[in-house]
Amino acid sequence: MTGTLPIRLAGASKTFRRGAQTTEALTPIDIEIAPGEFFAVVGPSGCGKSTLLRMIAGLIPATSGTITVGAGTVTKPVTEVGIVFQSPVLLDWRTVLGNVLAQLELRGLDATSYEPQARRLLDAVGLKGFEDRYPFELSGGMRQRVAIVRALIHNPPVLLMDEPFGALDALTREQLRLDLEALWLAKPKTVVFITHSIDEAVLLADRVAVMSPRPGSIERLLTIDLPRPRGIAARQLPAFTKVVEEVTNLFLERGVLQATGKLSLG
Amino acid sequence: MSWIRRIAQPLGLVLAVLAVWELAVRLFEVPNYLLPAPTAILADLSRRWPRILGGAWITGLEILGGFALAVAISLPLATGIAFNAWMARVVYPLIVAFQVVPKIAIAPIFVIWFGIGWISKLTLVFLLCFFPMLVNNVAGFRGINAEIMDFARSTGANAWRLFWRIRLPSALPSIFTGLRIGAVNAVTGAVVAEFIASDKGLGYLLLEYNGNLLASAVFATVFVLSAIGLAIYYAVEGIERLAIPWHTAQRRNESVGEQT
Ligand SMILES: Nc1ncnc2c1ncn2[C@@H]1O[C@H](COP(=O)(O)OP(=O)(O)OP(=O)(O)O)[C@@H](O)[C@H]1O
Ligand SMILES: [Mg+2]
Repeated sequence: MTGTLPIRLAGASKTFRRGAQTTEALTPIDIEIAPGEFFAVVGPSGCGKSTLLRMIAGLIPATSGTITVGAGTVTKPVTEVGIVFQSPVLLDWRTVLGNVLAQLELRGLDATSYEPQARRLLDAVGLKGFEDRYPFELSGGMRQRVAIVRALIHNPPVLLMDEPFGALDALTREQLRLDLEALWLAKPKTVVFITHSIDEAVLLADRVAVMSPRPGSIERLLTIDLPRPRGIAARQLPAFTKVVEEVTNLFLERGVLQATGKLSLG
Repeated sequence: MSWIRRIAQPLGLVLAVLAVWELAVRLFEVPNYLLPAPTAILADLSRRWPRILGGAWITGLEILGGFALAVAISLPLATGIAFNAWMARVVYPLIVAFQVVPKIAIAPIFVIWFGIGWISKLTLVFLLCFFPMLVNNVAGFRGINAEIMDFARSTGANAWRLFWRIRLPSALPSIFTGLRIGAVNAVTGAVVAEFIASDKGLGYLLLEYNGNLLASAVFATVFVLSAIGLAIYYAVEGIERLAIPWHTAQRRNESVGEQT
């Protein structure tokens, strides 16, 4: 899979219904994500970020409006994607390597020809030597890293990541952020990246969407003009501090400040 | 070596109980027709071995046959119930309702319908195995993690691939739970069926020995029956360990954790 795809949401909203009970998760949202853009979403817990991602992936239907990925309107699960879910969602019955290769087997691709690549990626995220372990033998952060590799292995044109670094320690988190930027620069793809960490969003993205508390809407869209690769040094740039401050103040105003990702368990 | 240590203690305990039993019977001169000593049972077992072995073959085949039949029918049926709305809505509730009928109570009717041959035996074994298997199979298929399905659907895999690579493996732990319950029930089913009407098999021998107050022969037969039950149960467990090592290893880890 090569090339990149645009993502467009036009008046896309979501209201969950169960019997008489309704939950308005997302108000109608309009976003245009350019092909190859790195698009980050930050917002307080429960504001509908995961819902937004699942709608883009075609895993749940929008209540109103339309979503397009590439040329086609999303009506069923989009397959030109790699998804990292908020929880790792590994297959208990497969080893680490088997979990990564499942992505290819399910797509009917020749898994064995991807095996060297899978081992390289696992090595890169610090899982060398764990290829033949089962998920129950891994820590939460290790599982999450397997899930990240699984989302990358087929080099999808669209990458949907729901707090992918949430379960990782700060160091691994920083490392994977750098790796992800490098990978994205080398293999262009459209990325929708959800995070609780304002720093992370600003350091990675071309644009950051700041969401309001539920029912979620895009409160502000910020364009991040920092030179790439941003690497480690970008944290020192005045432009970085300025944007982070802007977002932080926005959250402070709303009383939903979560300056650090709530999932950074250490 | 670890398995030796694992069975050494239970085995020691069994031997100790047998020794106490033997001693008590001799010491208090318990009459043989009430409670025979282990040595007397063993002597009886070797004396009647050809006949008991012949009965064991028959009962064993009934157990295996009924068990296999239950597997062969409950698996496809559960698949249908799990993936077909009509079967889930109409067929499954009926089956579940039928489950509460005490199978053993209607077993005599099978004799009227099918005679005292194989069919009435297989029917009862089948019924006792079938329901726990079906219920566990269905639960296994339905219990799949929704997010795993989300991942699988995002790959565009067709229904066939989804079934073999995702749905079936994810249901296996639950399916094996049903198999283990079925293995235990099958032995009961075969013996009860033979109690009700038969002219061969271990159940038939039990009735005959009991009628003649041959207590040590009764115990010898029960012993062989238990051995068959154990063999089937551990065969299922062995297959389970081969088929789903990730699950059994997990379970073993947890039980080790409890001990330490
Ligand atoms: N399947 C569902 N049925 C009903 N309500 C749901 C469902 N999924 C999500 N919601 C509701 O929609 C809202 C948004 O949920 P969502 O999971 O998108 O939040 P989030 O922004 O991802 O939160 P977090 O940062 O904690 O992961 C919540 O109020 C939640 O209760
Ligand atoms: Mg979420």
